[in-house]
Amino acid sequence: MTFDFFLVQLLNGISYGLLLFMLASGLTLIFSMMGVLNFAHASFYMIGAYFAYQISRWVGFWPALILAPLAVGVLGAVVERFGLRRVHKWGHVPELLFTFGLSYIIVELVQVIWGRAAVPYSVPAELDGPIAWLQRLGLTFPKYRAFMMAVAVLMLVSTWLLLTRTRIGLVIQASLTHPQQVEALGHNVPRVLMGVFGAGCALAGLAGVIGGNAFVTEPGMAGAVGAIVFVVIVFGGMGSLSGAFIASLLLGLVDAFGKTSDASIGGLLRWFGTTVDPQTFGYAVWKLTLAQVAPVLPFLLLVLILIFRPKGLMGTRED
Amino acid sequence: MSEVLRYRPINLGRWVVWGFTALVFLCLPLLLENLFARSLMAQMGIMIIFALSYNMLLGQSGMLSFGHAVYSGLGAYFAIHALTWIARGQFAYPVSLLPLVGGFAGMLFGVVFGYLTTKKAGTPFAMISLGIGEMVFAASLMFPGFFGGEAGISGNRTAGGAFLGIPSLSFGPDIQIYYLIAAWTFASMIAMFALTQTPLGRIANAVRDNPERAEFIGYNTQRVRWLMLILSSFFAGVAGGLSAIYFEIVSAENVSAIRSGGVLLAAFMGGVTFFFGPILGAVVFTIFAVALSEYTKAWQLYLGVFFVLLVMFAPGGLSSLILMNLRVLKFRKFKRLRDPYFGLILSAVALALGCVMLIEMIYHLTLDFALGPQIKLFGFPFNTERPESWVFAVSVLAGGALAFEYARQHFRAVWGEIQVEIEDWIRDNPEDT
Repeated sequence: MTFDFFLVQLLNGISYGLLLFMLASGLTLIFSMMGVLNFAHASFYMIGAYFAYQISRWVGFWPALILAPLAVGVLGAVVERFGLRRVHKWGHVPELLFTFGLSYIIVELVQVIWGRAAVPYSVPAELDGPIAWLQRLGLTFPKYRAFMMAVAVLMLVSTWLLLTRTRIGLVIQASLTHPQQVEALGHNVPRVLMGVFGAGCALAGLAGVIGGNAFVTEPGMAGAVGAIVFVVIVFGGMGSLSGAFIASLLLGLVDAFGKTSDASIGGLLRWFGTTVDPQTFGYAVWKLTLAQVAPVLPFLLLVLILIFRPKGLMGTRED
Repeated sequence: MSEVLRYRPINLGRWVVWGFTALVFLCLPLLLENLFARSLMAQMGIMIIFALSYNMLLGQSGMLSFGHAVYSGLGAYFAIHALTWIARGQFAYPVSLLPLVGGFAGMLFGVVFGYLTTKKAGTPFAMISLGIGEMVFAASLMFPGFFGGEAGISGNRTAGGAFLGIPSLSFGPDIQIYYLIAAWTFASMIAMFALTQTPLGRIANAVRDNPERAEFIGYNTQRVRWLMLILSSFFAGVAGGLSAIYFEIVSAENVSAIRSGGVLLAAFMGGVTFFFGPILGAVVFTIFAVALSEYTKAWQLYLGVFFVLLVMFAPGGLSSLILMNLRVLKFRKFKRLRDPYFGLILSAVALALGCVMLIEMIYHLTLDFALGPQIKLFGFPFNTERPESWVFAVSVLAGGALAFEYARQHFRAVWGEIQVEIEDWIRDNPEDT
């Protein structure tokens, strides 16, 4: 592995990790406020991508970058107001199942409207291609990946400022821990919850806008990323934003380096002088390369952390 | 005084219910001769075992699992491999008992994975079970030797030779495989019902309702959850083994999140609070997944909408709806509900028709546009290019929605009135209930 390659993979991993964190942060916020794991969160990510595709066909990518997340946020708020709030009185399990059923419906609706194949949602022309000055140094890193990182960082910093430095953020934080007192002070807590749910969905939508054209916009995209996002928030510790941040970056790096490595246990053993050939017991396991194992790695990490640190990296909740 | 007096009346109602169930299992295929109905019933039987085993977790122990297909799927893989060995003559074992192989394989994985997942209840359990499900699914594509890659592994259920030495019983014909599945379904149903009556089944309910108190009286809640998961994965494995025999193929889809989600939908739609709920749910789910999917590509959309509506308005599932109406019937007040029900159902049908027409036409435009503008809905031809069909569909939808809203308000008023009367009566006559 050359240093150039390492650097590019590092950047790839970080950009994917930031994208994951945009999803995980919304999910964590919603979870810590309402105690609801939003199963449809990845579906809102997918809707963001499809909305952006549709809007960018009408008015171009840049307006879509603003409009699509807003539309997804409004949709999320509507879902909270007319769906989740109604189910809330039945308890947490029906709430979770409601979002689960919703994810079913959204996938199908997307197929009804945009068909089952991938849609040609592409990177805008001005962000296409590698970064010129990096290429002169011998590194090939796409402009769009850098743009993704910039948007994600900008978004996350502004969310953080909003949560910690403004009055709205204060009310939200207080509603998290002391909902009754906040209500007694005259704030409409259900409306705050609706806003947080909508904002979390808008964050997922924004992730979809910038992730949809970096990867593929197709009906399976929600399922592909959904499970990983859940791994992120369990790994980082349920309800912990900083834990989710570390876990996102870690999983992003695991993804970037895992998928491009052909190292295997057999290779490692060979390096120690043991011969491994098809006759060796368990050859099916030894011959697997890291790239082949990559899809399992996040879940393996999940199982490992649950054995050794059940509350997650930065989690405080025991159950 | 060493003798313990026990009062054990013969529970007549229970005998009648189980006897009737057995009779239905026996006679239904004789009444319905066609191939499709029999295959539908066979798949219902498999799904009933699977959904009941799922409910041992969700309904009885309060564990919401998103990875239950792991146990049925792995059970199915072991069963199909065993079938291959039987066919090669390496393994002398009757095909009719293959579900046991699946069951014990599922149980083995239940012991291993259950140890990890049952440490926590609630949301962490849900997440971990999801993670393990995804892990097994991802691993299934990594080891083509065992899992057969994309194509899966196929077998031949007649390979084991004749059942009990009777030459005509080879499990080849659909009626024979149906009765094999029916027998296994019936036995599993009884076993799982019996389990709810054991101390373990009872303490599982306690752990579900109040883990702290269960711990306080000396039970290890994790151990109880683990035991329930092991037993549940056994029955899931039995269902998997049966599906391996029935379909003669097992592929990665058997361990996928689609399966896990499907069984969750089935159990919840039927209702998890009553033992018979998942049975009902399995039947409804199979109708959606097997019968409705023959007619429309949008069946998953209808299933999803149906599920979400149930979660929103009847979180106890179909079984709770039935029991609530039975109570009204028992108090002889159903007559007053007859007309409101009539209006409600009629307007709901109109509303549903409007939705279905629109969805089918839109789906046709996005997916099968190359096949031309003509489609057939409920036997009538529709032209998706002509605006009249759209106007018609939208007006049916709008009319249905208006009528439904009106009927719903009327129904709600009457229903609420009756419930209040019943509650009042129960409060006034506590000894009569």
